[in-house]
Amino acid sequence: MTGPLHGTPALGDEFVKGLWRDNPVFVQVLGMCPALAVSNTARNALAMGLATSFVLILSNAVISSLRHVIPKQVRIATYILVIATFVTVVDYAIQAVSLDLHKALGAFISLIVVNCLILGRAEAFASKHGIGRSLLDGLGMGAGFTVALFSLGAVREILGSGTLFGIQVFHADFQPWIVMILPSGGFFTLAAWLLVFNAVTARRARAAEPLEAPR
Amino acid sequence: MSDAPLWSIFVNACLINNFVLAYFLGLCPFLGVSGKLATATRMGGAVTFVMLVSSICAFGIQQLLVAIDAPYLRLISFIAVIASTVQLVEMFIKKTSPALFRALGIFLPLITTNCAILGLALFQTNKGFDFAQCLAYALGAGAGFTLALVLIAGLREKLELATVPDVVRGTALSLVLAGLLSIAFMGFAGLGG
Amino acid sequence: MSGPPVVQESPPSAWHMYRAMVGVGLGCGLLIVSVFQLTGPTIARNRAEALRRAIFEVLPGAGSSRTFRVAANDRFEPTEAAGQPGDRLVHAGYDAEQRLVGLAIEAEGMGYQDVIRLLYGYSFAEDAVIGIRVLESRETPGLGDRIETDPAFLANFQRLDVALAPDGSALANPIQAVKRGEKEHAWQVDGITGATISSVAIADILNKSAAWWVPRIRRSLDDFREAP
Repeated sequence: MTGPLHGTPALGDEFVKGLWRDNPVFVQVLGMCPALAVSNTARNALAMGLATSFVLILSNAVISSLRHVIPKQVRIATYILVIATFVTVVDYAIQAVSLDLHKALGAFISLIVVNCLILGRAEAFASKHGIGRSLLDGLGMGAGFTVALFSLGAVREILGSGTLFGIQVFHADFQPWIVMILPSGGFFTLAAWLLVFNAVTARRARAAEPLEAPR
Repeated sequence: MSDAPLWSIFVNACLINNFVLAYFLGLCPFLGVSGKLATATRMGGAVTFVMLVSSICAFGIQQLLVAIDAPYLRLISFIAVIASTVQLVEMFIKKTSPALFRALGIFLPLITTNCAILGLALFQTNKGFDFAQCLAYALGAGAGFTLALVLIAGLREKLELATVPDVVRGTALSLVLAGLLSIAFMGFAGLGG
Repeated sequence: MSGPPVVQESPPSAWHMYRAMVGVGLGCGLLIVSVFQLTGPTIARNRAEALRRAIFEVLPGAGSSRTFRVAANDRFEPTEAAGQPGDRLVHAGYDAEQRLVGLAIEAEGMGYQDVIRLLYGYSFAEDAVIGIRVLESRETPGLGDRIETDPAFLANFQRLDVALAPDGSALANPIQAVKRGEKEHAWQVDGITGATISSVAIADILNKSAAWWVPRIRRSLDDFREAP
């Protein structure tokens, strides 16, 4: 976890770091457990990403504002209480908005509680920083998570069903790669995105330190 | 509600809808711990044990919540009760059987907030299982988790010896392996009918 | 997770911890209950609406519905749409002139991947299943999930015979799945090539459910006659 401990970075950086440098999914590989399962279509993935971000932002704000009141010994229990509350709220909100979406996401909405990302941010960031910074951190991490999940869902839906948000993107002759909407497709797509990220990061590192590069 | 036979529930949770390979639950320990075969086996044992405990807890809570008509407290009480029960059990084991504690103990705190544990509690409630069915489901899920963990650990031990490009090393490669295993496990579908 | 550079302070008293936990717990409880109260009516309306849509889909021509539960002595009595836990429910559909169109019955059973839940419509006049809708399934995408979309397969359920044997205690002919193109009788289901197990599962679920419901419904037909 990379909470800046020394010095105070610019406010904008708190937001931007979640998108690329510390992207929760592609760099930290956090919080995939409950999210991968519903990344089989772009719509589900987007909804899951937004729901997770909502919980992340609010719990960050609440935990940061309570950070002086909560004794250290009971902090984890309190965090879990706060997170579980917001997840319950999201669960009911989704049911009220669209039952179909709720059926598609199923028990995985409730499983946001155990998303390592949220508890991780609460412990590593929100418990040590002010409300403003924690909100920005939540926003950035949430956005990074949503973008990552959406890019998984979009790839899986385009290749697996030949559609994006239910709209046909290929010619009708396109034979969908069914494996992509099966669970194994989730593993493969995440692996592929990680590869892309690793390759880009490695290339940048090489470009930054030309002398250290072996070849 | 559900009248599925016990063996079918067990096979379903263990093989067909394997928690790791079909539901992506418990990926964190799956990717983090699964480097060594011996650790993987012990971790699997600990998870199975916690699953049994939390399955029993979740069953009790659900009965209580239905009785007092408070479905909105389900999630919050599941996680609170499961977490504290696991802690109590941990203390109990530490006191009574230090040997067992050394084998399982270090994993227990890690496992408490594992998605697979809460997932088990939520799924069994959604499916409306009775007590015996819950136990069969928990055992099946635990066995399936252990199986997946052991399989991937064995594969990764072999991979240590292989030469692969730098970018692929680590998580990405484990994920590809998991994907292949997941395809293999699809062959089990239809067993539960 | 790296710890912060901790400033040594005296451990807080037990009272502090209790106060924090109870305070946070109270706040959380309040929030959950108020959100539950706020969204409750909308959710109930959505649920009822979804159920109504499903009922009208499997009972073509129906315009209103009423839910019954199986009471003691196997008679049927009206109940609210959600019923009590443990109730066996059946939904009666009525047309514009308040005449009974048929009954929508929920059934479930093991499919290829996981449990399949479906709703089917039963008509007295035709003595047949007249519509089916899969409510929940995790069948293999692209293969098994064609049970929901395949037009030829769904055509089986426009009129699937479930007539009773002369003594009225069981189906005259059990519903069974056959290979595509081999359907000869009105009680057979023409399967889907490549999704054999899923099609057989649907036929089995229907057979089991119809064998339980149809004799009971036939015995107590008059319970449903009265429109809401």
